[in-house]
Amino acid sequence: MTIQFNKESFRGDYTFHNSDWAIQRFPFPFHEDSYMYSVNMEQHRGGPEGSVYEKRFDVDEHYVSEMHDRALVLAEDPLRCQSLPHMTLAGWDLLELIMVAKSEDYPELFELHRNGDTWRWVNKPMEIDDTFTFLDETTLPYGPMEYITRQAQGDWCVLDQRDDMLWMDAGMVTTQADWSLDFDIGMNFFEWHAPVPLAHEMGIFKRALKFLLNIQQGAPARRLNWTMTVNPLLDTSPENYHKWGVQKTTLTPKNIGAKQHLRVELQTFFRLPRSNALVFPIRCYLIAFQDLVTIPKWGRRLHRVIRDLPDELATYKGFIANRPMMLDYLSRYDDGLATSPGVWPDLEIEPELQK
Amino acid sequence: MSAAPQKVRAGAEKIDVTISAVTPLNELVTRFEFARSDGEPFPPFSPGAHTIVELNDGGRTRLNPYSLMSDPSDLSTYAISVRRDDHGRGGSLFLHRNVSVGDELTITYPVNLFPLDLRGKKHLFLAGGIGITPFMAMIAHLERMGGAWELHYSCRSRALGSYADELKKRYPSKVQVYFDDQAQSIALENLLNGQPLGTHVYVCGPKGMIDWVHSMTASHGWPEENVHSEEFLAPQPGKPFEVWLCKSDMLIQVGENESLLEAMERSGVDAPFLCRGGACGQCETNVIESEGEFLHRDHWLDDDEHANGKKIMPCVSRFVGKSLILDR
Repeated sequence: MTIQFNKESFRGDYTFHNSDWAIQRFPFPFHEDSYMYSVNMEQHRGGPEGSVYEKRFDVDEHYVSEMHDRALVLAEDPLRCQSLPHMTLAGWDLLELIMVAKSEDYPELFELHRNGDTWRWVNKPMEIDDTFTFLDETTLPYGPMEYITRQAQGDWCVLDQRDDMLWMDAGMVTTQADWSLDFDIGMNFFEWHAPVPLAHEMGIFKRALKFLLNIQQGAPARRLNWTMTVNPLLDTSPENYHKWGVQKTTLTPKNIGAKQHLRVELQTFFRLPRSNALVFPIRCYLIAFQDLVTIPKWGRRLHRVIRDLPDELATYKGFIANRPMMLDYLSRYDDGLATSPGVWPDLEIEPELQK
Repeated sequence: MSAAPQKVRAGAEKIDVTISAVTPLNELVTRFEFARSDGEPFPPFSPGAHTIVELNDGGRTRLNPYSLMSDPSDLSTYAISVRRDDHGRGGSLFLHRNVSVGDELTITYPVNLFPLDLRGKKHLFLAGGIGITPFMAMIAHLERMGGAWELHYSCRSRALGSYADELKKRYPSKVQVYFDDQAQSIALENLLNGQPLGTHVYVCGPKGMIDWVHSMTASHGWPEENVHSEEFLAPQPGKPFEVWLCKSDMLIQVGENESLLEAMERSGVDAPFLCRGGACGQCETNVIESEGEFLHRDHWLDDDEHANGKKIMPCVSRFVGKSLILDR
């Protein structure tokens, strides 16, 4: 299908919106009526047609506007993109992976023409047509990682692997759920996960690290994570907390349906071939509560998940104060009927709201 | 989540290849070159990576790991060099005797358990015998990227020094070759003392050489993280034994010339693995009950784990005794 790119903003007047297409393909993260941590990894080898899981790197109606928002963040704060000196080769790996995937998966939008080390890259939605020499940084306007991730939705953590450990040694991070690349740069896997409650005790990170160290070339993996965001903000960084944190207090029973967003991260993991590094794209999807409840199954289930979530998790995810108001709103969309298993909308089999 | 749950298969992804060249290098070592059967370029690989070659030896499947030794920037071919082991279980003999140009076989995607530390200001390579192979790819890579390196290569004799002449000729100031039969040996202590700060040492060769390098660097105050080694263990033959696999609910026999992992696979058990050489940890299996003695040969478990008999690495380790029950 041809994608109509939205003209929208993720700041100021917040004109971000999801079309019906985007609502129905939203990566709803709860496969049952409750939620607890798990490593919940699966292979990333496509998914149902039209779903966000189908392509290696999903492109949707928000692409052009998200890339514009990234450019605004970088202009204000260049440290959102960093790459330690030994990570340049991994940057080229990433550039190749994204260019090959996008040109193969979306040939009507992207083209890659390779003649030896002379490469021509065409990005039609962003009106880019550049020719450069592969592995020669002087032929690109930015380093290879920055160049390509200014043209690819989601955050990108490029992790070096050495001594049976992963290290946060490069990244492009402008759409994050309250963590900072500038703070985490150079840290190892356990260090940067230190703030997460409960999961350490559950041994989640030890198992997750073992799994990630063994992700092999040609066999990418994925999982989902989620949190809550008031207003459709991509940049919920600690650096800008003074700007967005206060917005959490603007929620009222009247505006909550439009302002409160479920924020879902589709996290994928790819082994990079030349550098043996691991790239960890974190793709953020936002949906307003009022759009989410148009899918009866999701309305019922979200109410039950948020109601039964342990306080530690609601605190860590930053919505403990607003939880009562969220439950007041969501309870209107929960009639107590059973929900079908799995994450899909199941519009054909799920009954309309019975109240 | 489960958008589309798929069962993860054991081992890395596979590539169908055709043998494009077989080149005997000397009495013991032969190089095998592969082309992709579908005519596509190979995936790029990182130097130090290995591939598992799947051989069909008269109905018996052999899966042997070999370091990729071709230039990583040449995507038209992958190459391995194989030393014939006349006393092994027959995998290398099968390659030497039965595989010729045009034959089709399957290899896995590259897996790297011996990567370069890309922070290194200089890379010091120490090779013993067939341990030269991963360094061939590392050298090609560093030459292309402009990295600093130096190779010290110890061989039995001039006649058995695979690639020694070629390397010496191309990089006369960076390569030093030592021949055992001429009583030459690497002056490791001097060599270590002369290295600039930020140097990483890599050793690939027989176990004695690896231990020597680790103890010498440790006693000279080198950080552990700056010393890297790889030794592929081939599973050794041994007395047949019997194992009860409780999850699979079956009793299997491990033959004299097969590993425990191979016996599981032969019995249709989809056991996890990657390197098949005792290094990666993927096949680690819990022991439920045992009465007898473990013959641990892996590099993965530590000494305590080897002593307490609660775990076994079925790719290289064996068992002698009355009964063994595994959680598989």
